[in-house]
Amino acid sequence: MTKFHQFDAVIVGAGGAGLMAALHASKGCNTAVISKLYPTRSHTGAAQGGIAAALNNMGDGDSWEFHMFDTVKGGDYLADQDSAEILAKDAIDAIIELEHMGLPFDRTPDGRIDQRRFGGHTANFGERLVMRSCKAADRTGHMILQTLYQQCIKQKVRFFDEFFMVDLLMNGNTCVGCVAIEIATGEVHVFHSKALMIASGGFGKIFKVTSNAVSLTGDPVAAVYRRGLPLEDMEFFQFHPTGIYKLGILLSEAARGEGSVLINGKGERFMEQYAPSVKDLAPRDLISRSIMSEIRAGRGIDGKDYVYMDFRPETINKFKSGPGGKEVTREHLEKSLPEIIEFVRVYMGIDPMEHPVPIQPTAHYAMGGIPTDNEARVLDANEKVIPGLYSAGECACVSVHGANRLGTNSLVDLVVFGRRGGKEMVEYAKKTDFTALPKNSEAQVVAELESLRNRVRKDPKDGERVSTLRTAMQDTMQLNVSVYRTAESMAKAVADLAELKARYANVKIDDSGKIFNTDLLEAFELGCMLDLAECVARTALARQESRGGHAREDFPNRDDKKWLKHSLIWRNDGASNASLVPHGKYQFGERPVRLGRFEPKERKY
Amino acid sequence: MKLHLKIKRFNPEKDKAPWWGEYDVDVEPTDRVLDAIHYVKYYQDGTLNLRRSCAHGVCGSDAMRINGKNALACKLLVQDLGTDHITIEPLLGMRVIKDLVVDMEPFFDHYRSIMPFLVNDEPLPANGRERLQTQEQVDRISEGTKCILCAACTGSCPAFWANGKYVGPSAIVQAHRFIFDTRDRASAQRLGILNERMGVWRCRTAFNCTNVCPKDIPITRQIAEVKNAILSGVIA
Repeated sequence: MTKFHQFDAVIVGAGGAGLMAALHASKGCNTAVISKLYPTRSHTGAAQGGIAAALNNMGDGDSWEFHMFDTVKGGDYLADQDSAEILAKDAIDAIIELEHMGLPFDRTPDGRIDQRRFGGHTANFGERLVMRSCKAADRTGHMILQTLYQQCIKQKVRFFDEFFMVDLLMNGNTCVGCVAIEIATGEVHVFHSKALMIASGGFGKIFKVTSNAVSLTGDPVAAVYRRGLPLEDMEFFQFHPTGIYKLGILLSEAARGEGSVLINGKGERFMEQYAPSVKDLAPRDLISRSIMSEIRAGRGIDGKDYVYMDFRPETINKFKSGPGGKEVTREHLEKSLPEIIEFVRVYMGIDPMEHPVPIQPTAHYAMGGIPTDNEARVLDANEKVIPGLYSAGECACVSVHGANRLGTNSLVDLVVFGRRGGKEMVEYAKKTDFTALPKNSEAQVVAELESLRNRVRKDPKDGERVSTLRTAMQDTMQLNVSVYRTAESMAKAVADLAELKARYANVKIDDSGKIFNTDLLEAFELGCMLDLAECVARTALARQESRGGHAREDFPNRDDKKWLKHSLIWRNDGASNASLVPHGKYQFGERPVRLGRFEPKERKY
Repeated sequence: MKLHLKIKRFNPEKDKAPWWGEYDVDVEPTDRVLDAIHYVKYYQDGTLNLRRSCAHGVCGSDAMRINGKNALACKLLVQDLGTDHITIEPLLGMRVIKDLVVDMEPFFDHYRSIMPFLVNDEPLPANGRERLQTQEQVDRISEGTKCILCAACTGSCPAFWANGKYVGPSAIVQAHRFIFDTRDRASAQRLGILNERMGVWRCRTAFNCTNVCPKDIPITRQIAEVKNAILSGVIA
């Protein structure tokens, strides 16, 4: 039996953006949060190095204009500049709000929030590195997630934990809610809302080597796409330069903020060649490309496909790469970077204070996603607001990150636009009545799930395995839609995805039960990822230039004349439901970039 | 390397009682225990259930009992077990929903019961900026703030096994983090809650919690500090 719920505001996802929105929405209207994980499991908790705001607590002359400029330049001028201005301005107040909520920030000697360097964050429009990242050691995201969840408990926000959103409900052009499965029971729940926010985070599991959690499969984003709404800038996927070799576990840029350097197989600090001014603290896209170039030139470690990140104090002191060129001590590093030092010890079995660490770029962050305006309202292909639908965080595309996000700006994005969205949902709910739910609105997705549930494998060789198809998808995306891309490689990915979508029709599962059936849900997740992977590969193939995180060998330069614009993609087969979108049934659109204060210039560091 | 896994299974839709599933898998010595479980789930038996998400020890989803000791399956490498036989069970003292998945609601009820949030109704700084705190004051609570609510500690505690109404080590760690935060103003209330019958006095200093904490929080010491604060009325 389907269970029905009615809330003014429903927020899907309980990471930083969802919880920040929930805190603000629940102050003014009846609010529920649904999340497929317990909120404290959300991947915001894995963010390490910090959250940027031009507090200027270090007295190094920071201001929000510099933060805005760095964000726009870091995004290779694809960011919408009014949005970037809001990000940089609101960040200051948002960080203070987090501190007032109890977040245990590191402190300066006079008791204010301590700050450190991060890639691409500069003073005076690129003149010199600046200390802008506010942090709690290297578990800043963990502390943001914990603090926001604590405040939600204090405010008695209503949570539906381990509820899996499977469909978006529309009535005409208005969003009226969503369908979710209660994982513990398998029961179907319909949430009828005035305002629904998608804050489900990223979908990095479409790649093989990724920093993303197992749960980051982008199901709600796929639901939006399947319902015929556009996704924006999907070709821009960030590869973080320093993932642990093979595992992809992130080693924070904070390590380089504290002075770590990247070293190639010849023992050279190669970033001196690629970014003479900021070196190892260049933006992530540039460093990932530099690493791949070194590897391709045979200068990986022992000629293999990785390089070293060296954060031994003697190395940092040899290069004078510590903050302000000052000496660093092992004790300081252990205190500033305890988590990532432990990761290396646990997963690599080596001590990073004694040995350099093998690293490679790891798929990390979607710059693109569900298009929104500055109040987190979702936009259609004509840039008109879709009543009742909101999105914030990694799954959204405002766009503040443009073609490449700067380190620490994702956490800023969460709290700034989560908060704006939460407030806006209250305003909307106050002045709007509920729009009716279509009759049997949950029927189609329920039928879809039942069809999957009934495809039970009869013997071990029967049908396609979810894990086999998922691995094949991750492999082709990793190989072909990677740091460097060509028309040939991306076309190969598209062809592989076509084949995988066809094989998906023959997926079989083992578990036909109702209770905690993750076998079924993983099959559903795979379908969602195939849709999103196709969006990424298609839009990447279409964009014939190199910009930020999208680097094409066959079009190595940025082409502002033709491509200074956002891309849109939506399904065009006339259907609108919760099922896999047939291969090739898509259409492209575009929207202009909102320029402003900063004219596009060649991007040098 | 070859590995033999023995996993405690229970599906309430089919089984009257738990049973042991036995599986042979081929893994790298540097693989996580989680990878070995995934190998079973992905290629041998999709009905096997567990919670997991980040897979590197920060989200707290996959605490379970591995060879008799609670750990995060994603933070324990196969080569560090010292054996090629692995026995895996759900956390003890919690109702099993399915296989390795236990009912976390009572655990989170205990968490919510100790006021796990900053309370301070005093006026905010007039300059619109942060409240001040020294790094030493932050350091006083930093161990406790590492807690990821994985329940490895509470699920290893004999006092909790004996009586599930005991608030448990994790909730006390969370309370400690606020009791000793110089910005907080509700310490007396929290100490009152923990001074009740199901509070800190149930702790018999077995040290199981401290031994299993994946974040190396000195839990037993923190519980002792809360006991001392209750007895002395001094928070320092």
